Amino acid sequence: MKEIPLYAMAHARSGDKGEASNVGVRAYDERGYEILRAWLTAERVARHFRGIVLGRVDRHELPNLRALNFILHDSLGGGGSASLKNDAQGKTHAQALLRMTVEVPDDYAPPPVGRQGALAPAGELARPPRGSRNG
Amino acid sequence: MSRRIVRIANGQGFWGDSPDAPARLVAGGPLDYLTLDYLAEVTMSILQKQKRRDPGLGYATDFVDLVREILPTVLDRGVRIVANAGGVNPEACRKTLVEIARAQGAQGLKIATVRGDDILDRLDSLLASGIALENMDDGRPLAEIRDRVLSANVYLHSFAVAEALSRGARIVVSGRTTDPGLVLSPLIAEFGWPRDAWNLLAAGTVAGHIVECGAQCTGGNFSRWWEVDGWDRLGYPVLELAADGTFVVTKQEGSGGLVTIDSVAEQLLYELGEPSRYITPDCVVDFTSIRLEQVGPDRVAVSGVRGAPATEAYKVSISYLAGYKATGQLTISGPDALAKARVCAAALWGRLARAGLAFEHSSTEYLGLDSCHGPITPPPDVLNEVVLRVGVRDADRAKVDRFGRELAPLVTSGPPGVTGFAGGRPKATEVLGYWPALIPKRLVEPQIAVEEVR
Repeated sequence: MKEIPLYAMAHARSGDKGEASNVGVRAYDERGYEILRAWLTAERVARHFRGIVLGRVDRHELPNLRALNFILHDSLGGGGSASLKNDAQGKTHAQALLRMTVEVPDDYAPPPVGRQGALAPAGELARPPRGSRNG
Repeated sequence: MSRRIVRIANGQGFWGDSPDAPARLVAGGPLDYLTLDYLAEVTMSILQKQKRRDPGLGYATDFVDLVREILPTVLDRGVRIVANAGGVNPEACRKTLVEIARAQGAQGLKIATVRGDDILDRLDSLLASGIALENMDDGRPLAEIRDRVLSANVYLHSFAVAEALSRGARIVVSGRTTDPGLVLSPLIAEFGWPRDAWNLLAAGTVAGHIVECGAQCTGGNFSRWWEVDGWDRLGYPVLELAADGTFVVTKQEGSGGLVTIDSVAEQLLYELGEPSRYITPDCVVDFTSIRLEQVGPDRVAVSGVRGAPATEAYKVSISYLAGYKATGQLTISGPDALAKARVCAAALWGRLARAGLAFEHSSTEYLGLDSCHGPITPPPDVLNEVVLRVGVRDADRAKVDRFGRELAPLVTSGPPGVTGFAGGRPKATEVLGYWPALIPKRLVEPQIAVEEVR
């Protein structure tokens, strides 16, 4: 087994559901989905988010999208307009999940998505922004 | 015979979304419908307050300004508009729209409203008749917070807006309908989908879910953001839909962003609960049935959507006054930014405690350190600067306001290098509690009014 960052094998999106946030995470290939289905349990996600998620974590499977959907209960300081949190709607929870390190078989290589290891702090400021060609 | 295709674009994912997207979509064409979403759950109580102050208000005023701007192009291109901009006063919104249309010489134009969602004035009679409107999350009866209720709106089904369109309306303004219903309604009108066509209604709902947050399916909020080009002209989504419920998600040529299986799948997961039971007033959608296929550049085909019969009840969204809160922030520069920020926080809470103030809830966050991801990320060795963000929540408004007066003094009575006290003293704002409930469908009847501009 070896360890790789979750963001190298999956993408994700999060939003709010009342007092809970949801994080949907989607593997880049079928094998990656099978790995995550076995490894990325509700318990592991709850442990990763300890200090942020105060309630239960539910997990749902969407094999058609190679995706898992997590409901993180009591993760928004009350949610809606009651929350005092900077991220009152869990908008950043998907990015937080993608920072997990996943144990995968040695022979598993996810499809390349460019920018592997790009979260290295040194690179972050040096990289010119893309997408604004007239800038 | 070629397949008949209906083209629907969403130009507004929430009240406050891009001011230019709707006009760009209409000008970029071809389009049959432009949908615009204005209502979040907390919006209704704000609109109720505006309506109490002025009976002519209580709707999304930005929508009216938008229509004034784009109406000539909309009429020229034959685009119809469906928006939930009516808030708690669709009639007043229609009245203003009719005046605008008349002033622009659009005689003969039909503008419709759909209401019946607002049950604020019916709450007491409903409670008296034994409808307890229990909180869906914890079962408490509404009576517990009845005297603090600010708004109560039923999520209406999509057949009412569809009927308004069938009666010739080119602009339909509703109160509380579902966000995906903005897309489903035109499909019901165009294709004559019946009330028990569960798979078709589910397909239209999925189409609406994909585009309801505007650019979130075309590159916005996308995990692999480094692949997105043209952020300054990000395309908003366009749907091409057929009568059999299949459709293509795309965007207009020349716009920025991307439409791929990944970008669409990511948005399918947004704000999703239990995937196999996505409940709307129209049907129950099974998100595990959805098939995605890339059929061209920036074109994703969606098929296979399965639905189940609708439930017996409508969801009611009730808001109530749940206390007050205030938040404020200061910027602290290095050296020793974080250590100094912690001194500021300790000073602030210590001074409030000495003044005899304790709060039901308080929060201290260090922006730049860990406010988003908490203990998930290891702290960096050095922070060049940090933003201290503090907040309180309490039933006592005066206490919350008193908290707000304790922040500015830290600039002169705290450690050095404290700045960024902009925007004045944090003031108490209302906390709006959210109370989801159910109501039997037989007790709610949508009302449709179609008015011709003369």
